[in-house]
Formats: sequence, structure tokens, C-alpha cells
Amino acid sequence: MTDTLNAPDRHAGRKSLNIPRGWRLPILLLILWQVSSEFSLIDRRFLPPLQDIVAAGWKELTEGDLLVHIAASLGRDIAGFVMGSIAGVAFGTLLGISKIADRFIGPTFHGLKQIAVLAWIPIISVWFGFAESAKIAFVTLAAFLPVALNTIEGMQSISPQIIEVGRSLCFTRRQIFLRARLPSALPSIMTGIHLALIYSWLATVGAEYFMAVGPGLGGLIISGREHFEMDVVMLGVLLLGLIGYSLNKIAETVEARLLRWRDG
Amino acid sequence: MTDIVSSPISTPSVPWLERVQRVVTAFAIPLAFPAVLVLLWHLASTYELMPEQILPYPAYVWDAAVDAIVGGDLLKQISFSAGRVTAGFIAGAVAGLVLGFAMGFWHWLDDHVRPLFTAISQVPTIGWIPLLMLFLGLGEALKIVIIAKAAFIPIVMNSSAALRSIPPGYLEVARIFRFNKLQRLRLVILPATVPPVFTGIRYGLTKAWTALVAVELLASSEGLGYQLNWARQMFWLDTMIFSMILIGLVGFVMDHILARIEVRLQRWKLTD
Repeated sequence: MTDTLNAPDRHAGRKSLNIPRGWRLPILLLILWQVSSEFSLIDRRFLPPLQDIVAAGWKELTEGDLLVHIAASLGRDIAGFVMGSIAGVAFGTLLGISKIADRFIGPTFHGLKQIAVLAWIPIISVWFGFAESAKIAFVTLAAFLPVALNTIEGMQSISPQIIEVGRSLCFTRRQIFLRARLPSALPSIMTGIHLALIYSWLATVGAEYFMAVGPGLGGLIISGREHFEMDVVMLGVLLLGLIGYSLNKIAETVEARLLRWRDG
Repeated sequence: MTDIVSSPISTPSVPWLERVQRVVTAFAIPLAFPAVLVLLWHLASTYELMPEQILPYPAYVWDAAVDAIVGGDLLKQISFSAGRVTAGFIAGAVAGLVLGFAMGFWHWLDDHVRPLFTAISQVPTIGWIPLLMLFLGLGEALKIVIIAKAAFIPIVMNSSAALRSIPPGYLEVARIFRFNKLQRLRLVILPATVPPVFTGIRYGLTKAWTALVAVELLASSEGLGYQLNWARQMFWLDTMIFSMILIGLVGFVMDHILARIEVRLQRWKLTD
């Protein structure tokens, strides 16, 4: 409560430390980490000193094939993401514009989407084997769901007046679709695709955990865990987060650019 | 029966008949598509278009379901999973609400914690599992922590945003009415934050359920996820399909219950 009173000169800060507030906690934790592992307050195997993680990264990069792992994961991610998004837009459009399709297939789709996506892994691995195709199939499924869902919603939420205007201007069905439905559904579709990008990255890692054959970041983490190489596991988790974060940022930028017409 | 229905005088039975018709159309159309799928599935396995290891008879899935229900095994697995998800979710929700509201109230706390929180939330839950396995082993603690973390993130995000998004006008009105702090909390702040906070809670429960499936698939010796993984190793497709349906069903029921509670809470907001 006192804070609200001090709010105006919040950024003036105290003279003692000029570290930005957001950095203080992480820096403190890192120092604690480093100190406790240097002085072996905690078993080094559990909390390796920071330089070990950097060293592990360097070693994997130069001697191991970290880049191969990353490339393999990204390749799967993108393949599944693209296929899933295309399928999702197509399926979502069908259900979005056709009442009959929506009434017949919609309930089944909404029922199936209740199944936590990871629960599909066993059956997909039986159907597709443990090969590359199984992983990509799973990523495709994970990308498909949010895109399909948001496309349906976007297509159905168009205001009837817009369609009426189209009709009174004697638009053909095709024109109504291309000039009215599609543009008005676009923001929603973009949201779906954005979600799909996040989900497909999760799914890539998940697929690699369960079908840990061949290169990939998930496989790297799992094998690091099996050999109790904490530094490799931490490196993997760090990369996971970094790549996920970058993908998210890219999607945000692209989305903002594509939807610029709305503000203009 | 037929007599009453066919007689034109008995008007009271007509709405009844209409209702039956409506129920039939409400269920028949949505069920038509899955029925066709099951029929195709049945035909495909009857004519051996697909090997049985890939697509078992629908009847086998049914048998597996009946066996599990009658044998009591099902109840055991569900109660394991439900227990875990409840414990983890409550832990995550309580921690999330406390931190979220604290971050909403105190800017300095938000400034300190937000970047670290964002960094942690960037690594997907599934990414934490192998790391935490090394710290916590494969026991119950691992599952609870993973589930709690999954629920924690969206709840913190929504509850910290909820306090900030109270329209200033509400607080102004409270000031004009000279509400004391307690009244302001009870009559303004709580009702105004219920909808966004509850969205976070519902989202958190969905996340918790997904996390449970993940962690049970990876490291467990009981529960629905384990049953699914076990079926995969034994190539029991019937059990596998049945387990998937169950996972979907339990997830749906939990979300539905929360949706009901949400409606209730909003009603309280309107009437109180």
C-alpha cells in the first residue's frame, strides 16, 4: 500500500545499487547457485557450477553435434507446424462455413480435442512406428488442433450484416468467402497459427522424449538424464526455452505485420 | 402408450413427444459421424483390411473397458491420477493466487519477480520433467511439483493482471461511498477480479491435467498415463484407445465442473 504513495519516484531508486529491479533476483539466485556449488554446499552433480554448463555447451557445439540436434528438432517442428496449420485452416473453413459439416463432424471434433494431446503419442507410435514420420505426425496433430478451432470460431463469428451487404452487392459465394469471411476470420486464424507454433514446439520435444530415436533436443535431454549429466540436461532445457521464446517472438512480429491493415 | 400418443385430444403429450424428437435430433446428428466411423472401423477389422495390432475390433475396446470397470482396476487408476492432479493443482493454484495477487498489489514486487517468472514460464512444463527427475527422483514429489508448476503459471499471469485491470471508476465509486478497506475488498475488488482470475484457474486445471498425462507417461507405475504407456509396451491397442477416451473424459468433466462453479460465482457477483 505504501508503494502507491511512492509510485511516482519509483524509478529514482536508492543510491546504493543501480541494478535494474528485474535483474536483481536472477543475479542473486545465480550467485547463490555458484557459491553453493563452488563450496560444495550442494552436491556438484545436482547443481554444476555455471562454467560447467557453458563448457558443456561449448563441448557439445564443437565436439558433439548440438547443431545437428537443434536442426533435427527445428526441422520436425516446422514440417509438422506447416502441415498441421494447412490442414487446420482447411478443416476449420469447412466446419466454419458449412452448417451441415459443423453439425455432423463438429461434436466429434470437439470431443476428440478433449484428449490431452500427449495421450495420442502411444497410438501414433503404434500406427507410424518409431520413425521420423511418427514424430512429424504427432507435431502435425498438435498444430492442427488450435488452428482448426480458431478457424472455426473466426469463420462463424462474422457479423451477418457483412454477408448481407455482400449479397445485396450481388457477390458470388466465392466473392463473399474471399472478400468477407476470410478477411474477418483472419485475426482469429492468426491467433490459432500463433498457438500452433507454440504447441508444435512443445509437441516436438514431447515426441522426442517418447520416441527418442535419432537426433533432437528432446533426445539429448533424455540421454543426459540417463547418464546423469546435469550440465547437458540444463543446457538442453535452456535451449528449449530460448528456441521457444524466439519462435514466439517471430510469430508476434509476423502477426503484427500481417494484421496491420486493420489499424490502417 | 401408443393410444395416448396417437389420440389428437391428448395435447399434454404432444410437447412431450416434441421433446423426445428434439432430444433425438440433438443426439442423433452429433452421433451419426462417430457411428459411421465405428462402423467403418468394424468393417475394416472384420475384413482384415488393417492388421489387428494396428486396429483392434471395436468390440475388443468395449471388452477392455468393461473388464477394467468390473475388475475395479479402472477406479484405482483414475483415483491415482485424480489424487495427483488435485494435490498438484491445489498447491499450484494457492501459490499462484498468492504470488499473482501480491504482484498485482505491489509494483516493486512485480518489478523484481516478473522477468524471472517470464523466463521460467518460457520453458515448457515438459522441459522441466527430466531436470526435476534428477532433483526429485521418480517419486510422487516429482509429479506434484510438475503439475503444480503447470497450474501455477497461468494463474499467476491472470491474477496479477486482474487487479490492474479493475476499472478506476469502480474504485472511485468505492471512495465516494466511503467504503473501508474490507468493504472495498469484498464489494469491489473481489467481484471485479473473479472473471479473469477464474479464467486463469480453469486454464491452470487444463494445463495441470495435460502435465499429469505427460509425467505419468514418462515416470509412473500407476495412473491413467501409466496405463496408457503400459498398453503401448504390450501392444494392447484396446486398452490404449480406452485409456485415451478416459483421459479425454476426465479432462472434460473437470473443466465442466469448474465452468459450473464459475457461473455460480458470477451469479453471486450480480446478486450480492
